[in-house]
Amino acid sequence: MAAVEPTITLRGDGHTRRRKIANRLAEAMATLAAVLAVAVLAVVVLAVAKRGASELSWTFLTSDLPVPFTPGGGIAPLIVGSAILVGIATLIALPLGVCIAVFLEEFASGWLRPPVQLAVDLMTGLPSVIIGVFIFSLLVYGHAQSAVAGSIGLAIVMLPLITRSTQEVLRLVPSAQREGAYALGASRWRTVVGIILPSSLGGILTGTVLAIARAAGETAPLLFATGIFGSALGFNPFHALPNMPVQIFIWSESGDPEDQKRAWATALVLLVFVLIASLAGRIALLASRRKLGR
Amino acid sequence: MATVSTTDQLQGRGRLLDRIGDKLLYGLTAAASLLAVATIILIAWKIFRSAHLSFSQFGISFLWGTTWDVNKAIFGALPALFGTAVTCTIAMVIAAPLGLAIALFLSEIAPRSVQVVIGSLVETLAAVPSVVLGLWGILVLGPFVADHGVRWLDRWLGFIPLFKTSEGQNGASSLFVAGLILAIMVVPIVASICRELFVSVPTELEEAALALGATRWEMVRGVTLSSSKAGIGAALILGLGRALGEAIAVAQVIGAGYVIKGSLFNTGDTLASRIVAQYQGWSTKLQLASLFYLAAILLVIGLFTNLMAQVIVRRFNVYGRAR
Repeated sequence: MAAVEPTITLRGDGHTRRRKIANRLAEAMATLAAVLAVAVLAVVVLAVAKRGASELSWTFLTSDLPVPFTPGGGIAPLIVGSAILVGIATLIALPLGVCIAVFLEEFASGWLRPPVQLAVDLMTGLPSVIIGVFIFSLLVYGHAQSAVAGSIGLAIVMLPLITRSTQEVLRLVPSAQREGAYALGASRWRTVVGIILPSSLGGILTGTVLAIARAAGETAPLLFATGIFGSALGFNPFHALPNMPVQIFIWSESGDPEDQKRAWATALVLLVFVLIASLAGRIALLASRRKLGR
Repeated sequence: MATVSTTDQLQGRGRLLDRIGDKLLYGLTAAASLLAVATIILIAWKIFRSAHLSFSQFGISFLWGTTWDVNKAIFGALPALFGTAVTCTIAMVIAAPLGLAIALFLSEIAPRSVQVVIGSLVETLAAVPSVVLGLWGILVLGPFVADHGVRWLDRWLGFIPLFKTSEGQNGASSLFVAGLILAIMVVPIVASICRELFVSVPTELEEAALALGATRWEMVRGVTLSSSKAGIGAALILGLGRALGEAIAVAQVIGAGYVIKGSLFNTGDTLASRIVAQYQGWSTKLQLASLFYLAAILLVIGLFTNLMAQVIVRRFNVYGRAR
């Protein structure tokens, strides 16, 4: 018997080359996709910044809304109105969201947990226009538009986000802390209020900031609840209040180039706020996750 | 004897306070949870009730009615269903491969520092308010597509009805642009969910594939993708749910044409955008009820897709593996 002749060469043949090319191609496509997504973000942000900045001025930020078909005017009522709307929504959604998360993670037993968790999950996926028409039929139809109705709509948007993020931080609280408190004879509510919530406060606030960033740009729930408003500064939440998203929507559909300029400038203000809030929230989230050793 | 007195103290006032506190906190959190469940039920009930007038008038045939005529009091949902199907198809055809590719880039290719930066930027894309994206869509993307894409497609591929531009349409406000805007919204959702999935694929499996001589792409195809199939399905469904329900941005760019035409460059309407476009000018109760009927259809589709994603997530324990 002759020695075994090596029939397989270790040099790459056509097949190997093809596999390598396929690999390179796939890697290039994936990289390209990521570049494309970042490019789209850059194009949108730059377009808003370029077109919005030329219109933006101190007068624009501090004046009442323009009278239709005349130049000038500003967006102070929109900024104030949006702040009030989101503020009330946060006051509603934050305590409720934290309570639901505490119930789900600390109290709920057996059969009680699934329906509540399901409700929260379904609420996350609820189209915002559905929330809008719901608020319309519940609170606006037959009554009048009001900022409170709009805030309740925004609260329904925020609630599942806050619940979700609170649940995540509650799960990250080391069980040693919990057991330590129980071992010292602390009751359940003392453990939750005194130990668990304080140590997850940062995470809850982060989730709230992200939820605020989301709610500030929501248009559909407001369109039906506080979509028709005057041009003056308003503070009464029981009347319809001017707000940025709805006004951007109205101006964007207008044929008047002046209105379009105002839409860009308002969009810039809204976008800057939303991006800063969501970036801050995300950075805090990463930092807290690293701290809690995820 | 000292120990006994301590026990006595423990059973005193402090104990009572704790018992009340426990009950109170339980009651409070349970009430909040009940409120969440009640809200979901109330939303469904209220929307179906408000649609009642239209439902009793048209019944189920509302679904395939093609007219929307306030004066003749005839309403139908088919053009909106058609528009929703077309725009969501465009969005998913673009966003599914892109989202998956981005997730693969982030989880398999990018070095850690790049991963954090690009990952955050992609998630920031999801934070852009839809009304701002719609503004950009109607004033920048629409005209751009009309000037560069549509004319070219009409000239060279115009023999395919899909790419034919009709009279009086330039494609700036069209199903196609709406699909593009929706794709921009769906990409970050698919990308961020899939990225978590891919990261959670056991490293031993991936390394085993590499050790057997697989290239990175073969490893991704054979191990990463095939072991996260269910999760990818759930991610795509969640992305689809976002596309189905988006109202504002679509209403801005779709041009409100309530017709069924074969071309992508025609104006159209989706369920959600129809509600937004019509609600301000509603004049008859039947029209309002018909808008609620559209909302009810959207709610049913939305809840169904959501539940399906939940079922997949639970059944295959998609996230359980990650934790």
